[in-house]
Amino acid sequence: MKIELTEAQENWQNEFSAFVDNEMVPLADLNDSEERIHPDMLRKMAEAGYLGSMLPKKYGGMELDNVTLGILNEEAGRGCSSARSLLTVHGMVSLAILRWGTEQQRSDWLPKLATGSALAAFGLTEPNAGSDAKSIETTAELDGDEYVLNGRKKWITIAQIADLFLIFAKCDGQPAAFLVERERLGVTVLPMSGLLGARGSMIAEVVLSDCRIPQENLLGKLGMGLTHIALPCLDYGRYTIACGCVGLAQACLEASVEYGSTRVQFGRPLRDNQLIQKMIAEMAVQVKAARMLCYKVGYLRDSGDPDSIMETWTAKYFASTMLTKITNDAVQIHGANGCHSGYPVERYFRDAKINEIIEGTSQMHEMLIAEQQFVTNRRAGRTMAQTANS
Amino acid sequence: MEEMKVKIKKFLSRFFRKHELGDDEDIFALGFVNSLFAMQLVMFLEKEFALTIDSRDMDLDNFRTINRMVSLIQEKAAVDQQSSQVSGG
Ligand SMILES: Cc1cc2nc3c(=O)[nH]c(=O)nc-3n(C[C@H](O)[C@H](O)[C@H](O)COP(=O)(O)OP(=O)(O)OC[C@H]3O[C@@H](n4cnc5c(N)ncnc54)[C@H](O)[C@@H]3O)c2cc1C
Repeated sequence: MKIELTEAQENWQNEFSAFVDNEMVPLADLNDSEERIHPDMLRKMAEAGYLGSMLPKKYGGMELDNVTLGILNEEAGRGCSSARSLLTVHGMVSLAILRWGTEQQRSDWLPKLATGSALAAFGLTEPNAGSDAKSIETTAELDGDEYVLNGRKKWITIAQIADLFLIFAKCDGQPAAFLVERERLGVTVLPMSGLLGARGSMIAEVVLSDCRIPQENLLGKLGMGLTHIALPCLDYGRYTIACGCVGLAQACLEASVEYGSTRVQFGRPLRDNQLIQKMIAEMAVQVKAARMLCYKVGYLRDSGDPDSIMETWTAKYFASTMLTKITNDAVQIHGANGCHSGYPVERYFRDAKINEIIEGTSQMHEMLIAEQQFVTNRRAGRTMAQTANS
Repeated sequence: MEEMKVKIKKFLSRFFRKHELGDDEDIFALGFVNSLFAMQLVMFLEKEFALTIDSRDMDLDNFRTINRMVSLIQEKAAVDQQSSQVSGG
């Protein structure tokens, strides 16, 4: 066992870190207050190749390994949660096309998605279907050689600027995934504002009214939409969110150490106070633990190990819940300043909560992780009982 | 082929309480098949047998029994061999 980054991964880490410091951190507050991703930031991310970070070189992507992808998302999460969300959903759709697309679908979309000349959004959630994704109400009906889509998607990240939507719908009761171009007749994008955190996510409702798409826009087969398309997308999304949480927690830790060293009360810097030290110690330990879980997932993903899926649930659960606590403590350490937009921890606090909702709420994680424990334990228990009997 | 079956059985034994799965036993009829399992199964087959499952293979029947999975693996290996011969020649 060897737990260390390779030289190449360290070089990438340095590059990403410098990019985030120079191009993302300075605009992150503006993204939050204007509720958009600043076009300059988006352009620079595209120029750096990050929108194709998860795609093979064959299609113009960076072909990063999963550990390095994790580091990119960690760094992006440290700088701007909204931009990290963009990377996440754009990557989810890109990977779905790579995995299940026809050669035509791949060559039509992947080169554009890799350079960012087209952006993609992931349309699963609906007003009446959130955690219970199986209950989606959007329908697709085959009419001649076209599918006709009807329904309403809600909370769709970057839908305000996306060129392509991966829309999940039921066709004859079977879940399926469709590539829907923004300019299709019958697609209406209704921007939403007023988010608690990740306010620059440019979310929108996407309404489909008798939207006709060619039959060739079906991705994969009818019936595999949820299990084999949405779930692997969400698996990737969950991994990048877990990594983004580590980055945001790191930003909290750094801000808290800085503030604790400079703010003087009772004639001494806050850092001399053991109650403050405890909060810093907990932050440091939690960030390290979460980062380790993420590295492990990256490693398992790179080796194609089926255990990566459960480990991703674990990492995202741990990283997003520890982040909620860390941002809370970071605000506490900053006192009134922590409650005001003059300091970034105020934004971190709001951004953090979103991570406990997206790509499966904390409760969904708890249910699945517990269920899995019962399944594996049941087996272990049976084996133990057999050994005892023999 | 026996080796393949042993590997598949070992993987499946993590999910199925029944001690020994028969080669022709319908795993979907046993009750414990959720979407997580379905995803894991595809990943396992791809990794263990170095193949890529594409949408054309995504027929439930291909994964229904151990014997069906073995057939799928063998078919895919044969296709791979053919295409490498074509590109080689
Ligand atoms: C900023 C943001 C961006 C998003 N981006 C996208 C996107 O790009 N694409 C997309 O498709 N969706 C997106 N979503 C939607 C997101 O995936 C859903 O909000 C999420 O799946 C939860 O669904 P819900 O909000 O309907 O909550 P509900 O499912 O209604 O849940 C409400 C509460 O009840 C709990 N709960 C539900 N069922 C159970 C149960 N059985 N047991 C215990 N507790 C339960 C939940 O944990 C939660 O606390 C986004 C959401 C946000 C906030």
